[in-house]
Amino acid sequence: MSAEKRALVMIENVTRTFHRGAEDIHVLADLDLEIQEGEFLALMGPSGSGKSTLLNLIGGLDRPTGGRVIIGEHRIDRLNDRALAAWRARHVGFIFQFYNLLPVLTAEKNVELPLLLSPLSQAARRKHVQLALEVVGLSHRTRHYPRTLSGGEQQRVGIARAIVTDPTLLHCDEPTGDLDRKSGDEILSLLQALNQDYGKTIIMVTHDPHASARASRTVHLDKGRLSAEAPD
Amino acid sequence: MTHWFQQIVSVSLFNLRGIPQRKGSALSAIVGIAGVVLVLTGVLAISEGFKKAMTANGSADVAVILRGGSDTEMNSGLTREETRVISDTPGISRTSKGALTSAELFVIINLPKRSTGTDANVPFRGVQENAFNVRGKIRMVAGRRFETGKNEIIAGAGAARAFGGLDLGNKIRLGPNVWEVVGIFAAEGGIADSELWTDASVLQPAYHRGDTFQSVYAKLDSAGAYPAFEKELLANPRLNVKVSRLDDFYADQSKMITRFITSIGVFIAAMMAVGALFAALNTMYGAVSARTREIATLRALGFSAVPVIFSVLAESMALALLGGGLGAGAAWLAFDGYQASTMNWQSFSQVTFAFAVTPALLVQAIVWAAVLGLIGGIFPAIRAARLPISAALRAS
Ligand SMILES: Nc1ncnc2c1ncn2[C@@H]1O[C@H](COP(=O)(O)OP(=O)(O)O)[C@@H](O)[C@H]1O
Ligand SMILES: [Mg+2]
Repeated sequence: MSAEKRALVMIENVTRTFHRGAEDIHVLADLDLEIQEGEFLALMGPSGSGKSTLLNLIGGLDRPTGGRVIIGEHRIDRLNDRALAAWRARHVGFIFQFYNLLPVLTAEKNVELPLLLSPLSQAARRKHVQLALEVVGLSHRTRHYPRTLSGGEQQRVGIARAIVTDPTLLHCDEPTGDLDRKSGDEILSLLQALNQDYGKTIIMVTHDPHASARASRTVHLDKGRLSAEAPD
Repeated sequence: MTHWFQQIVSVSLFNLRGIPQRKGSALSAIVGIAGVVLVLTGVLAISEGFKKAMTANGSADVAVILRGGSDTEMNSGLTREETRVISDTPGISRTSKGALTSAELFVIINLPKRSTGTDANVPFRGVQENAFNVRGKIRMVAGRRFETGKNEIIAGAGAARAFGGLDLGNKIRLGPNVWEVVGIFAAEGGIADSELWTDASVLQPAYHRGDTFQSVYAKLDSAGAYPAFEKELLANPRLNVKVSRLDDFYADQSKMITRFITSIGVFIAAMMAVGALFAALNTMYGAVSARTREIATLRALGFSAVPVIFSVLAESMALALLGGGLGAGAAWLAFDGYQASTMNWQSFSQVTFAFAVTPALLVQAIVWAAVLGLIGGIFPAIRAARLPISAALRAS
């Protein structure tokens, strides 16, 4: 390791182009971004500006058309599908707008899901699950099925599932986008606590200024370009 | 390795537990496959039953001897002298009643079917005293055996059930003669079940057959004695005969018709299978598309394509096996033991038999269902595994 502190996330010269029929959609063009370990970054921008696209590149759910995506010591745009899946399981916790819980599983079974990919024993998994549910304040709802939980509670289960493997990076795509203000605020406080008390690096896509206000830094994406200031 | 397996099992289980949410389309796949299995099993049960009827009385230690060059008893003929020479051949089992052989002939008579009243051909066989001991599997279920020299008939249970007039004590007129039904016998569902028997020496004059026969049935010392026995007969310059083991002989006779029934059955089932396959594919593509976001979420969390593929296959196999089980069960309830009769084209007479849904048939039906499930699941499974995660996550 060099003496100079390297950023946890380094996006260099990244381009992402989609093809729709004969048409090319240049969503991201020559984009650079660094995120330090321990940051809580809000990624804002108008709908369709490419926020999810950028987030998915950082989370290893997609690969850039050009450029480099370096996370920690991994050049993840170069990993094959299998290695990328293993990398995601180890390093990233995913939090989705619509929670994406499995309806047939109870809260605790949903939280346990990512641990099924680890060699942990059942007892160890159980312990991790209890702990994660405790962190999100849902210890009393472990046997509930998603449909019997409120939106805010479901998102807490989603967060517990994201942190149960103790990942470095939390990947949040509009985590409050489907919640009322009060539940949304609770989720944001929880994310803030995970950032400040547990040192998680968080990247959160949002178009809600209330949400970005909780972040330690906000960047704006518009027309394929990033800026620190909101465009007027 | 173990947690690999665990991944597959858990993802498959989540998937199976989700089936009730997709009841309608799951049901259409189940019903389609059940239909295929029902029809296939039903038709093959006919063929099995027929084969069983034709071969049930066959034994490896009984030989049937016809005139050389004949395939069936119909076009065979042997003189009394020839039947004597045959009976003297070494290898035949002997008791106080002499060599265990029966020289036989048969004629085809017309009797009305009980079910429709229309006439059908029934084999009427003249046998010698030892016929019962030679075949071994003949058992009187009512009345008594015919007496030598009398116009008395005993009827196979299948024939008695299927044709009018064959009731115990009844007299039937055949041509100028009147015969009394003095007994009913069972032959374990074998071909003799469809026949009428009388004394060969009575049948000969009644049908102007002179002193000729058509076949000799001979019980050998053992199944192992057959090759030497056959060799001896073929080498005898006083004879020109064709020798078979009785079980082979019956199996040969049933081959043509069982092949015919089987190929029709397989053809019909294959046509239905195409339909069921589309239903299964449709169901599974539907299931995959309903689960797009769920699958993408699992992939995002790090689950690899393999458990996803297995989970879709597990679902289609579960539906297929359920359908297969239902179809096979229904076939068993509906068809097993169902009594029928058909033409035996080798003797141009009716054979009565029972549909037989055998364990082997049930296994075969389940295998068919599993194959349909596998094919119906594999393409949707591959599609599920190929979905790009980021695009699939956008699905609502
Ligand atoms: N898989 C894809 N195929 C084609 N076009 C896509 C795909 N993903 C995103 N896009 C397009 O890229 C643009 C940016 O999408 P997205 O990153 O989801 O925007 P945001 O999250 O900022 O609303 C949109 O025009 C969208 O239609
Ligand atoms: Mg988006």
